Amino acid sequence: MSSWRTRLPAVTGHRLFWPVVVLILLLAANAIYRPSFLAVEMKNGHLYGSLVDIVRLSAPLILVALGMTLVIATGGIDLSVGSVVAVSGAVACLHISQQPDQNSLGSVLVALAMAFGVSLLLGLWNGTLVAVIGIQPIIATLILMVAGRGLAQLITSGQIITINSDPYRMIGVGHVLTLPFAIVLALAVTLLVAVLTRRTALGMIVEAVGGNAEASRLAGIRARRIKLLAYVVSAACAAVAGFMMTANVSSADGNAAGLWVELDAILAVVIGGTSLAGGRFYLGGTVVGALLIQTLTTSVYAMNIDPQTALLFKAMVVIAVCLVQAPAFRAKFRRRRAMTAGPAAPTGEQRKEQVAA
Amino acid sequence: MRITGNTLTRRGFGAILAAGLLATGLTACANSDTGDNAGGTAGDDKIVLGFSQVGAESGWRTANTTSVKEAATEAGIELKFDDAQQKQENQIRAIRNFIQQKVDVIAFSPVVESGWDTVLKEAKDAQIPVILTDRAVDSADKTLYKTFLGSDFVKEGRLSAEWLIEETKSATGPVNIVELQGTTGSAPANDRKKGFAEAIAANPNLKIIASQSGDFTRAGGKAVMEQFLKANPKIDVLFAHNDDMGLGALEAITAAGKVPGKDIKIITIDAVKDGMQALADGKFNFIAECSPLLGPQLMELAKKVHAGEEVPARIETEETTFTQQTAKEALPTRKY
Repeated sequence: MSSWRTRLPAVTGHRLFWPVVVLILLLAANAIYRPSFLAVEMKNGHLYGSLVDIVRLSAPLILVALGMTLVIATGGIDLSVGSVVAVSGAVACLHISQQPDQNSLGSVLVALAMAFGVSLLLGLWNGTLVAVIGIQPIIATLILMVAGRGLAQLITSGQIITINSDPYRMIGVGHVLTLPFAIVLALAVTLLVAVLTRRTALGMIVEAVGGNAEASRLAGIRARRIKLLAYVVSAACAAVAGFMMTANVSSADGNAAGLWVELDAILAVVIGGTSLAGGRFYLGGTVVGALLIQTLTTSVYAMNIDPQTALLFKAMVVIAVCLVQAPAFRAKFRRRRAMTAGPAAPTGEQRKEQVAA
Repeated sequence: MRITGNTLTRRGFGAILAAGLLATGLTACANSDTGDNAGGTAGDDKIVLGFSQVGAESGWRTANTTSVKEAATEAGIELKFDDAQQKQENQIRAIRNFIQQKVDVIAFSPVVESGWDTVLKEAKDAQIPVILTDRAVDSADKTLYKTFLGSDFVKEGRLSAEWLIEETKSATGPVNIVELQGTTGSAPANDRKKGFAEAIAANPNLKIIASQSGDFTRAGGKAVMEQFLKANPKIDVLFAHNDDMGLGALEAITAAGKVPGKDIKIITIDAVKDGMQALADGKFNFIAECSPLLGPQLMELAKKVHAGEEVPARIETEETTFTQQTAKEALPTRKY
């Protein structure tokens, strides 16, 4: 009991505590509304259920948000990811749609390589504007956010390109070992980024650049190169997310693919505890943030919340998460409770009540 | 520190302004480009029609533009075409240009519903008749424009419902319907929902058990349908406000191990190429057309109002409905 009491503040004080609590509350609300919500069954040899949908649909957002996390860690921001999603999906689908045999694995791989290459160039463009020319990140990436969507529409000639390619579909709706391929892919990229940044000095260098670019440069870090790299990685993540989103519906819609995903990604990063000022980043937090956002969207559909009020519902949950995460707000709340409950400091039981509330 | 911070913000603000100016400059260039090929007002007695399009945001819109351009050539009408790129200010500027150039007739698809009174008044004072296409304006003064040519979204919803009522005439038990709405608050979403709901009210067996917005996109339609299928074990009919959401839902239905078109009947609106293909393949069951091909009707109207003839205040686009059989026949000659 006593060890539980001493450990509790460490748990509730963790920056992911509140996002996870809200995530669990959302899932619980869904389960109460429809008990079968949490059920996962086997169908045609793979897992099937709302929970699987949530993770699968959040896979592209997780990817985009991972790239965004690194960019934000360097003190920047990347508004262009939604447009990069649209461009990469459009390039890949256009190439596949022009092939005589859309099911040929070779031509799908060529399409992926082409789209990935174009996206890397777009990332390089962002990185050059920010790191070499020194334009403010929000402006530099705003250019591509606007122009990129136009580019995507130019590639698709304003039409929705429908393709019929099994290898390409695999990225969005295929399965590996009963799991949706998109989930496996997102997990692999997350692990890769985590290992590269946390098992090497790279993560620390990124944080150093974000904390103070000039000081890190004087300390011998090539700050420019790190910033440039962050934007390229962000574009690469967005490119893969673009494959997933377009493969999910076997079509590239230059107008709608990845629309506003940059805002969701920034929100996921912030919910995950990464400061927009840069200098610190938490990959695990970003993943939880992305899952939370997708759970919110899926809940609206699953609980059949009226579309007119759905946005308000989403906004209220997000505001609640952000407020409850802010130490200043929590301190105010706790002081008020302490005042009404008497001078005694909150005990473990009281804290538990707060959690339940 | 504080001072540095301030200058930084100020510099950032300046950069935003610069970017904004740049964007405006770009649009201005694009506009003058389209203006060039229109040429000067001819001295001959050819009717000159100034047409301001919303933009090129969808395949539907592109087909609409092509139809207007082709019909103008065929009808021997000189067309001055302007692309407003989704911005009302571009459209107002285009209309003012048309007035200055003294075109014979002005036609446009309003980007938004409100804020047109001043510029329409200018056109009226210059005695240039105005035709609205595809979308309406909310001006209280109905004399500001001659007529509104466009689809009746309420009717599209009603036609969809009427087919379903006919189809389920023999059904004795309840028929469970799920609905995929368009973008929340948009006119086609509101009106199609209204038309459908009013028509099925006549039959107590028909019941909408779930209705959500799929934002008119395939991805949206698919994500919503996935949850509908899990939450409702018995879905008989899907009514989607456009083909694209229906096409997205198709994938969700197949993934859930059901047969679209048989286990779940699918009704959509629009009749774009991919939707018609799905209908011909037996995956959809019914499509109410929302045709972008209003060019010929527009040219007809332009001639009439130019000649001073009276025209009705509201003209519907010539539209039809498709079943699986008629879709197969119509598919080879579809333009969009």
